[in-house]
Amino acid sequence: MIFPILSFLILLPSVGALFLLFTKSSDENNLTVKYVSLFTSLVNFFLSIYLWILFDQSISEFQFVEDRIWIKGFINYKVGIDGISILFIILTTFITPLCIISVNNSIKSRLREFLIAILIMESFMIGVFCSLDLVVFYLFFEAGLIPMFLIIGIWGGARRVYSAFKFFLYTLLGSVLMLVAIISIYWITGTTDVVQLYDLGIDAKYQNLLWLAFFSSFAVKTPMWPVHTWLPDAHVEAPTAGSVLLAAILLKMAGYGFIRFSLGLFPIASEIFTPLIYTLSVIAIIFTSFIALMQQDMKKLIAYSSVAHMGFVTLGIFTIQQQGIEGSIIQMISHGLVSAALFLCVGVVYDRMHSRLIDTYGGIVSVIPKYSVLFMLFTLAALGLPGTSGFIGEFLILMGVFKDNFLVAVLASIGVIIGAAYMLSLYKRVVFGKIVNSDLKQMADLNKSELFILSCLAIPTIFFGFYPDPLINTIEVSVSDLIRNYNMNLIGN
Amino acid sequence: MTNLELIFPEIFLSLSIMFLLILGVFKKNSSELVQNISLIVLLIAAVITFNETLGINETLLFSGSVIIDYLSSFMKIVTLLAAFLVLVISSNYLRTFKIFKIEYPILILCSVLGMMVMISSNDLMVFYMGLELQSLALYVLATFNRDQLKSSEAGLKYFVLSALSSGLLLYGCSLIYGFTGSTNFNLIANQLNSNEYALTFGIVFILVGLAFKISAVPFHMWAPDVYEGSPTSVTLFFTMVPKIAALTVFIRFLYVPFLNLIEQWQIILIFLSIASMLFGAIAAIGQTNLKRLIAYSSIGHIGYALAGLATGSNSGIQNSVIYITIYILMNLGLFSCLLMMKRNNEYHEDIEDLSGLSKNHPLLSLSLLVILFSLAGIPPMAGFFAKFYIFKSVLEQSMYFLAIVGLLSTVIAAFYYLRIIKIIYFDKEKEKYDTDHSLWLKFSLTASTILILIYFIFPSQLIEVVSRIIII
Repeated sequence: MIFPILSFLILLPSVGALFLLFTKSSDENNLTVKYVSLFTSLVNFFLSIYLWILFDQSISEFQFVEDRIWIKGFINYKVGIDGISILFIILTTFITPLCIISVNNSIKSRLREFLIAILIMESFMIGVFCSLDLVVFYLFFEAGLIPMFLIIGIWGGARRVYSAFKFFLYTLLGSVLMLVAIISIYWITGTTDVVQLYDLGIDAKYQNLLWLAFFSSFAVKTPMWPVHTWLPDAHVEAPTAGSVLLAAILLKMAGYGFIRFSLGLFPIASEIFTPLIYTLSVIAIIFTSFIALMQQDMKKLIAYSSVAHMGFVTLGIFTIQQQGIEGSIIQMISHGLVSAALFLCVGVVYDRMHSRLIDTYGGIVSVIPKYSVLFMLFTLAALGLPGTSGFIGEFLILMGVFKDNFLVAVLASIGVIIGAAYMLSLYKRVVFGKIVNSDLKQMADLNKSELFILSCLAIPTIFFGFYPDPLINTIEVSVSDLIRNYNMNLIGN
Repeated sequence: MTNLELIFPEIFLSLSIMFLLILGVFKKNSSELVQNISLIVLLIAAVITFNETLGINETLLFSGSVIIDYLSSFMKIVTLLAAFLVLVISSNYLRTFKIFKIEYPILILCSVLGMMVMISSNDLMVFYMGLELQSLALYVLATFNRDQLKSSEAGLKYFVLSALSSGLLLYGCSLIYGFTGSTNFNLIANQLNSNEYALTFGIVFILVGLAFKISAVPFHMWAPDVYEGSPTSVTLFFTMVPKIAALTVFIRFLYVPFLNLIEQWQIILIFLSIASMLFGAIAAIGQTNLKRLIAYSSIGHIGYALAGLATGSNSGIQNSVIYITIYILMNLGLFSCLLMMKRNNEYHEDIEDLSGLSKNHPLLSLSLLVILFSLAGIPPMAGFFAKFYIFKSVLEQSMYFLAIVGLLSTVIAAFYYLRIIKIIYFDKEKEKYDTDHSLWLKFSLTASTILILIYFIFPSQLIEVVSRIIII
């Protein structure tokens, strides 16, 4: 019996949450509660790093597979990882402790419940990235709605109720069709085990409808234009830690789903619908970039930039080229780090000034220099400056797209330019210029915990920008195997 | 007479009812005693059913008019246990309204007896007798708080409409008798001439009557008013126990005599199911009274159970039974919360009264959170699995339209469940509620919450239990 390390990763945060549930909630306990949750999430982080060390990068099969009977004769609880999922697991376990540290300043009431929600969320997110059964995947995918709904609704801003409902119902509506598709797959092939389904393949005549059903769920979650409207609302109203989780990890579930399920299970349909994805992605990149350019609210601007960045991701995935898919995965990881950092940056000034409007700020570079430097770094990473992880992702994606479709690539490149425009204008209006507001002079620079969190995010952003090999080596075999499988299925049918 | 031991539970129950009546009449202030004895009677009856009949192969009694099989035994046990729990958690409520009388447990026992007869019926006459026995007891229960106008109104409304539906049902029975020459389910199946249109009319009339009893749309109009007007403990009984019996009769009536006519009734069931799911979800959105909201939500849930029956397969039936079992569990938890909403000896039942509950009563609101998400069908709660199994059977028969409409209505329904959660968690708190609840109430809430929450760890057990129900 091998140590079930993946189940342990999934369960540990929940156990921590359960432990928190039974502690008394009082103000004196807040520190203890924080340390307990921080400890839990850190253990999980180190465990996932250990997993990465154990992980064999040279084989394409799923590793650390656990396969148990769950619903007899129907569904097995099956988890396992390959090169693609392990990166997302590490991203999750890396971002969660940072979120927990960041609550210091932003969460004033009901800290214990907040941390419980975050930890449970972590469990579900890890579950999504390592489940190898469609039903298990759906279970984790959907269950994540509950803690996020509460995080937005309880600790959010003024329009939190509207945003929480919009988030929940949009995502649920997208997902129910996926449930129909999953059950149909069971009746068509007799299994919901992803590994078996890769081998069996699904009959070509069903693929289109099934693909669309999965697409409806992933498109909402990604989010793709035109179903992206929940994201700005959810981001704006969610507390900082909630926005970070949402941007850094929740959105990646859909990208991951596209790679693992849409490409893996329905190659023929993917081939047919590639133009659709290209169109929607290009619209997302250009259109939402323009929207971002017009925003007055910092969080909203970053939210729209997320939509644009995810447009690049979907574009890259459906090139079905080694570079494109690798680029998408790196772009997702990088976006996870950078958007998390940007939301934290907004959170820092919001905690001090209680305003997210860009006009409130200006000329803060002389008041809070440390902040301005880090903010600069992440702004540049978001627009894909060489030397940051953002560049590697976008560059690889565009390389993949150029091979496939020249026009799309040109249009997407225009998106990169607009992206630079809105990010730089955001930075300029907030950091440079005259001090518009005398209150700004009283602002304190980053405190220790904020500095720590932002540095933690800055280091990998720069490191992978210069040296992306660890990421690429991890995913390379899995991606090439995925593409080989894809092409084999195309020819086979 | 052989095999008499198979109906020991019913015999025991009827003898106990008579004994309790006499005891109640001759002994002054005996309501406490009667209540306790009734509880024990229900438990003993459940134990007898478990011991005597659960493992038995299908057996027909009284020249084929009563059937004992796994389905009937299982449903009887569920009925008895549900009735036990209803009785045990409602005593404080009754005391508050000063209606803690001997009649209450006795009427509940009577209706349970009626339901058991219904569950075991294999004959139109027996079925009708059981139905009327339970209904008569239920009319009285609805008016039990007779000093309140609303309660009397609820009882009267229920009585008039129910009598109408019973009339339709009887007319259907007579049509079927006229065209097949028998009232026995098995004989009807043998005599069936599928070209006879009058038979279809008979089926339709009976289905109307049954749909009325389980409040499926479009025969649901009584439910919100009656549920709102009746005392809460009785509403709890209404939403749980009679549905089990009615569902069993539905299964038996459709699948034993009229399996060959499946094309004729399948479309009716699909309509009932879709209408109930959609209407239950949409109409519940505007409600402000919790009991009324629960009425609409129960209409919706019955729609899902009927979707399982509409499939015409064994797995569909089994999954309907699972659905109704999990539904009962969730309702029990929900009503336990409702019965806890007491402030200075006054019960509150508006949704707004839940406002900010999470600040004052974190554990109670956590249970409500679990129960409501489960009712909405969000994983990993038990309610998700219930719906999941139903849709699994529905899709097995390639009924995509039914599945998609059903799942879309879960999204609509999620809205009003979320609204309650919003009020509990996002809104400003009000005064605290009393916390001197009875131990049983706390127990039923805790147990149902935990079962709902951890169901996903052992989903196979319930399936295994139910998989022995084989009708076709």
